[in-house]
Amino acid sequence: MPGSVISLFLLKRFAAFIATLLAASLVIFAVLALLPGTVVEVMLGETASPEAVVALTHKLGLDQPAWQRYLHWVGGLLSGDMGMSVAYDTPVRELIAERLAVTVPLALMAMALTTLLALGFGLYAASRHNQLGDVGVMAASQLGIAVPSFWLAILLILLFSVKLHWFSAGGFPGWDEGIAQGLKALVLPTVALAVVQAAILARITRSAVLEVLREDFVRTARARGLSRRAVLWRHVLRNAMIPVLTVMGLQFASLLTGTVVVEKVFTLPGVGLLVFQAIANRDIVVVQNVVMLMAATVIAINFIVDLLYVAIDPRLKAGAA
Amino acid sequence: MSFARRALRHRSFAIGSVLVMLLLATAALSLLWTPHAATEIDVPNKLLLPNASHWLGTDSLGRDIVSLLIVGSRNAIAAGLIAVGIGLGAGVAAGLLAAARRGWVDELLMRAADFTFAFPALLTAIMLTAIHGPGLVTSVVAIGIFNIPVFARITRAAALGVWARDYVLASRACGKGAWYITIAHVLPNIASVLIVQATIQFAVAILAEAALSYLGLGTQPPEPSWGRMLNEAQTMIFQAPQLAIYPGLAIALSVLGLNLMGDGLRDLLDPKLSRTR
Repeated sequence: MPGSVISLFLLKRFAAFIATLLAASLVIFAVLALLPGTVVEVMLGETASPEAVVALTHKLGLDQPAWQRYLHWVGGLLSGDMGMSVAYDTPVRELIAERLAVTVPLALMAMALTTLLALGFGLYAASRHNQLGDVGVMAASQLGIAVPSFWLAILLILLFSVKLHWFSAGGFPGWDEGIAQGLKALVLPTVALAVVQAAILARITRSAVLEVLREDFVRTARARGLSRRAVLWRHVLRNAMIPVLTVMGLQFASLLTGTVVVEKVFTLPGVGLLVFQAIANRDIVVVQNVVMLMAATVIAINFIVDLLYVAIDPRLKAGAA
Repeated sequence: MSFARRALRHRSFAIGSVLVMLLLATAALSLLWTPHAATEIDVPNKLLLPNASHWLGTDSLGRDIVSLLIVGSRNAIAAGLIAVGIGLGAGVAAGLLAAARRGWVDELLMRAADFTFAFPALLTAIMLTAIHGPGLVTSVVAIGIFNIPVFARITRAAALGVWARDYVLASRACGKGAWYITIAHVLPNIASVLIVQATIQFAVAILAEAALSYLGLGTQPPEPSWGRMLNEAQTMIFQAPQLAIYPGLAIALSVLGLNLMGDGLRDLLDPKLSRTR
C-alpha cells in the first residue's frame, strides 16, 4: 500500500474541510451581516436617532463594501481577532475564551460518560442477545431517546437539588474556587447530556457488535482456539467501532446543541449562555462569531472522524486508492 | 398474514400507534373542547394542587395545566408536520435528482447536504432569531432546514438501489426517460423507507421544537407550548415541583410513540430492512 495514495486521500479530505469552513463563513456572513441596515436597526431598535445609526454603522465598519467587511472578518478570525462586543465593550475573543472554560470541560465530560455508558451497555446487550438483559437495555434506551435532555436536567435538579440537597440547582462557582467545586457543578449537567446521547449510541454499539459476531473471521478466530473474550476485544470491537464512530461523529453536533441547552437549564456561564445573552442584548457581532465557532467545531469533528476511519479500517486505506 | 394482523401482533408498532393516536386525538380535542380556557389567567387560584376542577392543578398564573397540555399538543404536531414537510419536499427532490443524474449534479447536491449538517437546528434558529426575532415559524423552519439533508441522503441511497435493478434497465431499454423511471419505479419503491424516516424525523422535530421553546427561541406567549411550560415550571421548581413533570411526560410519550411506530413500520413494510435483533 503506497503511502502516496493515502496522503493524496488526506490532502483531498483536507481541501474539502477548508472549503466547507469557507462556505460556512459565507453563509453566516450572508445571514447575519450582509444587510447593513438590519444589523444596526436590530441593535438600536426602530426608534434610534439618525445620528446614532450613522455612528454605529461607522463603528462597526458597515459603511464599507460587503466583500471588504467579509475579508476583514475572516482575516480577523485567522489572526484571532473577532472584533468588539457592542454590549460588553470587550473583545469577543476574550468573552468566548472565558466561556469556553465551562463549555469545553462539560462537553468532554459528557462525551466520555456517553462513550463509557454506550459501549458498556451496548456490549452487555449484545452478549445477552434476546435475553432479559438485552431486552431491558433496549427498552431503557428507547425511553432515553424519547426524554428531552433539558427535561432530564430539570428532573435531576428536582431529585438531587430540591429533595436531596446534594447539588446546587445551577450556577457555577468558577475554577478559582478549586477544581473540585467546579467539577461538582458540572456533574448533573454531564449526566443529563450523557444519558440521552448514550441511549442512541448503545443501540448502535449493540447492533454493530451483533453484526460483526456473525462474520466468518470471528468463527475462524474462535476455531483457532481464541477465547470468546479475546475474540470480542481483538476482533469484534475494532470492527464494530466503524459504525459506532460514525454515529459518534454525527452525535457531536447534537452534543454541542445539548450543551447549549443544558447550560441554560443550569445557568452555567458557557458559550451557550453567552449567545442567548447576546441575542437578548442584540449583540450581533458576538452571535456571528459564536455561531461560526460552533459550525467550525462540527465541521472539524467530522473531518477528524473521516481521518479516524482510515486509522481504524485497513479496508478503507485500500479503498482510498 | 395480512398487513393489519401482522401490525397488531407487532408489539412496538401497536404501543407506538396507540400513543400517536392519543397525541392526534388530543390535538383534535383541543379544537373542540378544553376543561378551561387555556390562556385564561386566574391569579387568585395560582399553583393549585390537582383537584376536581383542575385535574392537574394550575400554574403560577392560575392557568389550568390540563388545558395548557391539550392545546400544547397542537404546537407539537404543527412543528412535526411543517419540519418534516420541508425536509421531505426539498430533500426527496434533491435525492431523486442526485440518483437520476449522477456525476457532478450528484456530487454538488451531496456536498451541499454534508454542508447543511454543520448547521444543527439550534444554530440556524439562533441566527434567524437574532435577525427576525423568535417564534414558532423561525424555529420550525430551522428544524426543517436540518431535515433536508437527512431526507436527501436517505432518498439518494435508496434510489440508487432501485436504479441498479433489472426492471429499471428493462424500462430504459424500452426508451423510457429518467423522469418517467423516477416517478414510475423509483419513488414507489422507496416510499416505505421515506415513511419510516418521516415518522422518526417527526419525533426529532417535536423534541427540537420543545427545546427551542424552552430556550425562548420558539413559540411565544401566550400560545401554550410544552417546551415553554417547562421553562416556566423551572422558575417555580421550589414552590411547585409537580409542574415540571407533566409537560416533559407529554413530550416523552409523544416522541416514544412516534419512535416505536417508526421502528415497527420499518419491520412491517420491509422485513429485509429490519435491524439486527
